Amino acid sequence: MFSRDRWREIIEVLTTNVWRTIFTAFGVCWGIFILIVLLAAGKGLENGIKKDFGDIATNTMFMWTRSTTKAYEGLPKGRSFEFKINDVQAIKDNVPNMRFVSPRNQLGGFRGGGNVVRGIRTGAYNVYGDYPEIINQDPMSVTSGRFLNYNDIREKRKVAIIGQGVKNDLYEKGEDALGTYIKIQGVNFFVIGTYKKNNSDGDGEEAQKEIYVPFTSFSQAFNRGEDVGWMAITAHDGSSISQLKENIINVMRERHKVHPEDKRAIGYFDLYEQYNRVESLFGALKGVAYIVGIMVLLSGIIGVSNIMLIVVKERTKEIGIRRALGEKPWSIKKQILMESIFLTLISGMTGIIFGSLVIYGINSLLDSVGPVDMFLNPSVSVGVVSGALTILMASGLLAGFIPANSAIRVRPIEALRTE
Amino acid sequence: MIEIKDLHKSYQMGSNSLHVLKGINFKAEAGELVAIMGSSGSGKSTLLNILGMLDGADSGEYTLDGVPIKDLSETKAAQYRNKFLGFIFQSFNLINYKSALENVALPLYYQGVPRKERQEKALQYLERVGLKEWATHLPSELSGGQKQRVAIARAMAAEPKVLLADEPTGALDSTTSYEVMDLIQKINDEGNTILVVTHEEDIAHMCKRIVHLKDGVIVEDKKVNQVRAEQYV
Repeated sequence: MFSRDRWREIIEVLTTNVWRTIFTAFGVCWGIFILIVLLAAGKGLENGIKKDFGDIATNTMFMWTRSTTKAYEGLPKGRSFEFKINDVQAIKDNVPNMRFVSPRNQLGGFRGGGNVVRGIRTGAYNVYGDYPEIINQDPMSVTSGRFLNYNDIREKRKVAIIGQGVKNDLYEKGEDALGTYIKIQGVNFFVIGTYKKNNSDGDGEEAQKEIYVPFTSFSQAFNRGEDVGWMAITAHDGSSISQLKENIINVMRERHKVHPEDKRAIGYFDLYEQYNRVESLFGALKGVAYIVGIMVLLSGIIGVSNIMLIVVKERTKEIGIRRALGEKPWSIKKQILMESIFLTLISGMTGIIFGSLVIYGINSLLDSVGPVDMFLNPSVSVGVVSGALTILMASGLLAGFIPANSAIRVRPIEALRTE
Repeated sequence: MIEIKDLHKSYQMGSNSLHVLKGINFKAEAGELVAIMGSSGSGKSTLLNILGMLDGADSGEYTLDGVPIKDLSETKAAQYRNKFLGFIFQSFNLINYKSALENVALPLYYQGVPRKERQEKALQYLERVGLKEWATHLPSELSGGQKQRVAIARAMAAEPKVLLADEPTGALDSTTSYEVMDLIQKINDEGNTILVVTHEEDIAHMCKRIVHLKDGVIVEDKKVNQVRAEQYV
């Protein structure tokens, strides 16, 4: 296989007609280049879109209450109701594979008034009453101090974590927020930490302007009693929330005397379903990239096959001589196949190198002009590259197959007669 | 060494078939130098091709060094050609992008002889045909006579049982022809069996035996007094 003479021969054959070889190689080179660039562009789009999901745990749904639309068990329709704190335990008990069930309460929201005061500064922010687990569902990096813990929950401490944006509004530049007090709707909270969130979509600014306080203290301070505003529910990896969703809602319907077929009484948003939709979109995009790339590659392969046929034709006499001297047909076949594979691989690798250079160029361009909407870090993985090499290997074999067979189909006597 | 019995061969030419060999019986002992003569169309090249396993016979028996040659697969035929036969062609048939040395080493390469040994051996044979200094030259840099001598060295390299020469002097002028025949005679002197196809009387008389072919049958088979080519060189 790796005999020196064989390789010398391959090089000799391919360099006898350099331009022909180069033009042939270009077909394959171009095909693999298109494939690599398309896949990288798809990846860039995917990275861009997925970044908008931020670090949020994607196997998550959000659930809230609305008014009922069906009368049930003597209760009228149009009745409004609230989730209660012990619903959380009920979900955990009745539905398997729950990872986090976080009850949440909320103040503020769109166009909320100035609800937070510090000294002479005021601001309008979303204030959440939360359990410590929320940091796993809606990840944020704590930039100073700490996040909520169960001692805060148990002792109903009036403590708060504020976003970087809140800090910028309410504090002087360089001022330390930790250990100070802010007044949320007239109640003083002790600042124990600051955070920063990493999503880049339109909510980016909003997301930095939130305040997190312990769920229990929130309920007490703002008179929520046992009520739960909404819930963020995350399932364990491996079981999808979209499948468990119906189960969870049924438990809630039962506990709150909602008609089993009342579709509107409990609202939800299934993040996983959205995420899956995006996933399958990119799956399809990748498929298209592969099909287009491979089609272009195919025409390159046909070019190689063509040239190999011509090479075989040109060398008919030589092949005849070699067979008269006792070279076995398989050895001749192997020679042709290796020439074909070698040509395909070399040109394919050139294509991969050019593709990588272009991707590298786009990346450095993106780095220099700053982030572009919905496009981030186009790249191809090592897996894709080795996949492309495998495709090349196989296609080289395919391209050489017909010429190699035609090479040994000619009988030595006929080959020798060719002048 | 070579024995053929009742050999028939015909070619299909469109709708009618051409009966080229019509029952050839022939025997050659080891160490013989046989000329096969005949006008064109007499079937001499066909006979040589069948002897060379480049072509198959329609019927008849062919035994080479005690091995029956029949229904060979291409791979087996290649193996036998490599082991038993050396070819010398009219048009030399050297591979033009390989040097003289590489050409001579080819049959050894197909035998799987290691590179170094192969080159040493090839150089020995080139020396025997007097072309050691030309080892690294390409065929295009050699004269006709030199090319044929390289081809003879190549045919000898695998140490075959029989050398088959198809019009070895057909493309050469008479002086060079005699040089080549001198070489062939010397190789024969060492005990090698050689079959030479030719249509030139003088070349034929430099062999030890002449077989005349006409219209696909042997019409004459006689021993002759060998004319040494040396005297003309």
